[in-house]
Amino acid sequence: MLTTIPIEHFSFIALFMFFVGLYGFFTRTNLITMLMSIELILNAVNIHFVAFNKILHPEFLQGHIFSLFVIAVAAAEAAVAIAIIINVYRKLKDIEVKDVSTMKY
Amino acid sequence: MEGIIFYLLAIMIMVFSILSVTTRRILRAAVYLLFVLLSTAALYLILNYTFLAVVQLTVYAGGIIVLIVFSILLTSHINDRLELGTLTRRITAGLISLVGFIMSFWVIATADLSPKGEVESPYDIHAIGISLMNYGDHGFVLAFELISVLLLAAMIGSIVIAKKR
Repeated sequence: MLTTIPIEHFSFIALFMFFVGLYGFFTRTNLITMLMSIELILNAVNIHFVAFNKILHPEFLQGHIFSLFVIAVAAAEAAVAIAIIINVYRKLKDIEVKDVSTMKY
Repeated sequence: MEGIIFYLLAIMIMVFSILSVTTRRILRAAVYLLFVLLSTAALYLILNYTFLAVVQLTVYAGGIIVLIVFSILLTSHINDRLELGTLTRRITAGLISLVGFIMSFWVIATADLSPKGEVESPYDIHAIGISLMNYGDHGFVLAFELISVLLLAAMIGSIVIAKKR
C-alpha cells in the first residue's frame, strides 16, 4: 500500500520540519519558543528514522526503537529545560534570551 | 486513499510548523506545535507503526505540550506579543535554512535509495518488547538501560533545579 509513496516525499516533509525548526531557533528570543523549535527538530528526526526503517529495511526494528529513544530523550530534555526556565524566571522575572547572562561575568 | 491522507497530513505538518515558529502569540505557538505532533502521530499510524503513534500521542502531545503550556501560563502574560527579531536576522536565518534544506534534499534525492518492497515487518508490540529486552542480535537492552538512567537523572535534576531554596 504505502510503497506507492516514494521515500523522497517523507524526506521532504521531515527536512522541511527540521529547517523550519532551525529557522525558529535562530529567530526566536524567548526561551520557551526556542524549546518548541528544538521539539520540532527532534520530531523531524523521528519521521526520518521511521520512514527509512519502513521503506528501506522493513524487516528490522532499528528505526522504530531509536524513535522511542529519541522521544524519551526529548521528554527528559523538556523537563530539565522547563525547570531551568522556571528558575530563571524566578530570578530575573523574564525569560528573554538577552537577559540570561548573569552567570557569564 | 492512503496517498490522499498522506499529502493532506504533509500539508498540515508544513503549514502548522511554519505558523508555530512565526506566530507572535506564545500560546498559539504551543497549540500549532500540538497540531504538528498530532499530524506526525497520524503519519506513523498510516505507516502501521501503531505503538510509536501511541507513544507519540501520550509523551509528546500529552506530556510535553502540557508541560510547555503550563510553563507558558506560569511565566508570560497572555497579552504579550513575541518579538520576531530584526529583519536582518530573519533574512539570514531564512537563507541559512533554505540553503541547508536544498543541500540536504539534494543529497537525499540523488542517493541510491531503492525500496525493499513488501516485506513482512515485525512492528507488533510483542516484537518490540522482545527487541527492547534482548541482548543478542538486534537487541537494544544497553540503550534501554541507559535511557532509564537518563530519565531518572533528568527527573532528579529537574526537581532539584526547580525547587524553592
